[in-house]
Amino acid sequence: MYWKELTDEMVSMGVGSLGIVAVVSVSFGAVMAVQTAYQLTSDLIPKSLIATITRDSSILELSPTIGCLILTGRIGSRIASQIGTMRVTEQIDALEIMGINSPAYLILPKLLSGIIMIPLLVTISMFLSIMGGLVACSASGVLSSQSYLQTITEGFIPFMLAVGLIKSFIFAFIMTTVAAYQGFYVSGGALEVGEASTRAMVVSCIMILVADYLVAQLLL
Amino acid sequence: MDNVSATFKPGITNLIIGGSGSGKTTLLKCMVGLHEVDSGEISYSGQDFTKMDFKERIPIRKEIGMLFQGSALFDSMTVEQNLMFPMDMFTDMTLKEKQERANFCLKRVSLDPADVNRKMPSELSGGMKKRVGIARAIALKPKYLFCDEPNSGLDPLTGIIIDKLIYEITDEYNITTVVVTHDMNSVMEIGENVIFLHQGKKWWEGTKEEISRTDNKELNDFVFATSFARKMKED
Repeated sequence: MYWKELTDEMVSMGVGSLGIVAVVSVSFGAVMAVQTAYQLTSDLIPKSLIATITRDSSILELSPTIGCLILTGRIGSRIASQIGTMRVTEQIDALEIMGINSPAYLILPKLLSGIIMIPLLVTISMFLSIMGGLVACSASGVLSSQSYLQTITEGFIPFMLAVGLIKSFIFAFIMTTVAAYQGFYVSGGALEVGEASTRAMVVSCIMILVADYLVAQLLL
Repeated sequence: MDNVSATFKPGITNLIIGGSGSGKTTLLKCMVGLHEVDSGEISYSGQDFTKMDFKERIPIRKEIGMLFQGSALFDSMTVEQNLMFPMDMFTDMTLKEKQERANFCLKRVSLDPADVNRKMPSELSGGMKKRVGIARAIALKPKYLFCDEPNSGLDPLTGIIIDKLIYEITDEYNITTVVVTHDMNSVMEIGENVIFLHQGKKWWEGTKEEISRTDNKELNDFVFATSFARKMKED
């Protein structure tokens, strides 16, 4: 096991993605709260439902699925282009001639790093998304902070969190393996590396959406 | 490729020449195991490389150094890290020992370690990249050195300096060196044993002195393709 490469990847994937994860999560939590409030026109429906919907949507769908789709753009394309560039500039050949198992050296640390760090990022994203909803509700005056916080702790089903995390593990596996495959088997030059990077993103997104449906169907 | 048979001796520079598409690089990649052969045998000191699996090849691969056409330096690492990388992977040397060896290799290729150690490959010129590539290739004291178009993309003067460096290192460490090139300057400078490939076959073998006397049409067409070379022959 190449521990240094693993820790480098974990820092790059985890710390490097925190900014985009934070911005996107707060944003979609806030938007979810505002749009839910807009649709709750009936006085018969309690406004506290906004907090419940924001919480459940964030945990079940927004953070694991939308979050991973966005991370595919950052992490997946980076993996594909990094490995692809190494392939076309003969750096992978250089590794193999030295007697180094290039998939174990290049792909395994990225795969392990992905399945460790992406669920962590998704967990942070869930929290920030719910907090985004809180900020939006407070700022717009739809629901007080106290009511929002009280509601999100009521009726919480821990299994939903498990489903969200299972999704993030599966999506992390898909994102890293698809990107690594596309990069590793690229041939040609800079143009083909770009194409492989795009292909990695498109294939990963489609596979994540299909897996999302299958996990939801199987677990919920 | 078909019917290519050759023996490369240590301590001399063995050149494989030929036109574009003649199979030079393919032959080189077969020899180092980057391409698998359909049939035939590639032996290192009597051990058949083609019959070995990945793990069995590792001891031989540790004895192989290779200089790639584009140098193939790891661009996420500094020059020093590039040189220490094979030592990190395959030796128990201390950091100080690895740094000393890296500095020695850089000095051997006429680079100042203090000047280049902290630089990234993207900050180096083409000639410096080739030198660092050679330094990395000799870091583990290889028995075999393979060079794929070592002076491609370099000006003629720098190309000759790189050729001479390969020649000196081969002689100094008694390495079995195989250089793939289509550069006639290289042939005339360091071609102690030259193999000419044409249409995927071995067409001719001899020394650089024998090239000018050969009546092999394809080799003559290749070697004396330029008007400058034809004029030199006539003179």
